Amino acid sequence: MSDFIANFLWTYQTVLSQVAINSLLALSMYCVLATGQLFLGQVGFMAIGAYCSAVLTTMLGMPLWVSMPAGALLALLVALLLVQPMLRLSGVYMAIGTIAFGEVIRSLAINFDVLGGALGISGIPQSLPQTALYAMVIVVAAILVCAMHSRLGRAVEAVRTDELAAQAMGVDVRRIKLISVLASAALAGLAGAAGAHSMGTVTPNDFSFVSSVAILSFVVLGGVASPLGAILGAVLLTLLPELLSSFSEFRTMINGLAIVLVVLLLPSGLFPLKIIRIRGNAKRR
Amino acid sequence: MLSVDNISMRFMGLTALDGVSFTVKRGEVHALIGPNGAGKTTLFNIISGVQKPSAGTVSFEPVGDLAKIPLGLRSGLGMMRTFQNIRLFGSMSVLENVLLGATCLRRGGVLGAAIGSPAARREEYSVVAAAYALLERVGLADAALAPALSLSYGAQRRLEIARALAGEPRLLMLDEPAAGMNDAERETLADLISSIRDQGIAILVVEHDMPFINKLSDRITVLNFGKRIASGSPYEICRDPAVIEAYLGSEHRDTEHA
Repeated sequence: MSDFIANFLWTYQTVLSQVAINSLLALSMYCVLATGQLFLGQVGFMAIGAYCSAVLTTMLGMPLWVSMPAGALLALLVALLLVQPMLRLSGVYMAIGTIAFGEVIRSLAINFDVLGGALGISGIPQSLPQTALYAMVIVVAAILVCAMHSRLGRAVEAVRTDELAAQAMGVDVRRIKLISVLASAALAGLAGAAGAHSMGTVTPNDFSFVSSVAILSFVVLGGVASPLGAILGAVLLTLLPELLSSFSEFRTMINGLAIVLVVLLLPSGLFPLKIIRIRGNAKRR
Repeated sequence: MLSVDNISMRFMGLTALDGVSFTVKRGEVHALIGPNGAGKTTLFNIISGVQKPSAGTVSFEPVGDLAKIPLGLRSGLGMMRTFQNIRLFGSMSVLENVLLGATCLRRGGVLGAAIGSPAARREEYSVVAAAYALLERVGLADAALAPALSLSYGAQRRLEIARALAGEPRLLMLDEPAAGMNDAERETLADLISSIRDQGIAILVVEHDMPFINKLSDRITVLNFGKRIASGSPYEICRDPAVIEAYLGSEHRDTEHA
């Protein structure tokens, strides 16, 4: 039995790592969609995290536990610099602005020889164990679930459902949006770094607009009712193409169909459980 | 405590408000009335901070001029409002809506709350207890955990008032609180509003329903075409020739608003 499991894990390790990394990316997207912002710059921050971590390991010989947090931190710092102008945009304008940000980062990566140009960086030690990768997903998901159970989650939902009313109630809408964008950027950076160390290569094409859409679709499929919904979406949409590998030509079509069906039939996503946020039920009377 | 001074509002060529002034005193119910399009809602939005006036000032004791204070910070000064087209957080429970109304009273930060610090927990418990007391008062305690949108129309309006009261305002602003209500609901609402007044909270109310306004308000300001045409007690207002003309037309031809 244990042989079977070991065999299974070895055969599917790439897919399993991809599931975990996509889950992190879905959580990153969840952070911004939960506040109702169509912020699609995750691939940019992911690229920053991936390249930063890859450069630190391959060129400066830094250990994993330094380079990965450094990647997330650099993504966070870049987000801190850019968050003010980005938050001036909303709706589709924010979507366009943040997509542009992702493309700018990708073009920078292609044009910097240090970063390997269009070929990217390869030969990154694949030193990130899968258990650590999954532990990261669990810890991040647990933190987000706790946060969404608290008053912060309530404020986030208020901002998403009615920004003006939230403001009138004294919710600091700007601060909530700021926190969500920064959290999203740091998580995307972390996911990028984790991807670099589990796949062993980083290429500019990993961070294209298509990836943005894929990340967005995880959360659209899973719904914003809970961070767990985002993970569900990531798991399904990562495994589905693998399960359907015999129909490889129809893969993207089936993916698209799945999303269309969910949006039509279950507009709030697949994950049905809404977060219950009241701690003080016992305090009644 | 609230003084509105010479407020004007122009949208392109249209003058929606033209030099309107009035004051709301501590502990009074002050009604803002006028025919459709008179500028009541615009004025209400300016006072609550949703819109910025083209000219004039709104001041609120003890801070004074509110021009530099955005909507988000006005609740902290003791101004809370409801909305004409009910704006509850529909996906959340009745109780959570009231809890959100108490946001400005919170001392701890959201990040402390996110990690569940003991101080944040204590604060949450006391806010929840206060919210239940408010729900009890508006008769919605039994529905506390139901989704806000599952309530009847009248109950949703009362929930909006409870949510606004949760911020412990000194001035409560109600935008057409009786709109679309039946007689029984209106009666309950009138009792609720008087009890809020008796608590010492000043109330500014925009309303169409004249019998409702006459019964409740201490003073009335009447707007027509963006100008203040009268101000006084309900008794004075009902006999004011300018008001009668605005509502009935000078030769009593147009009885639409009677």
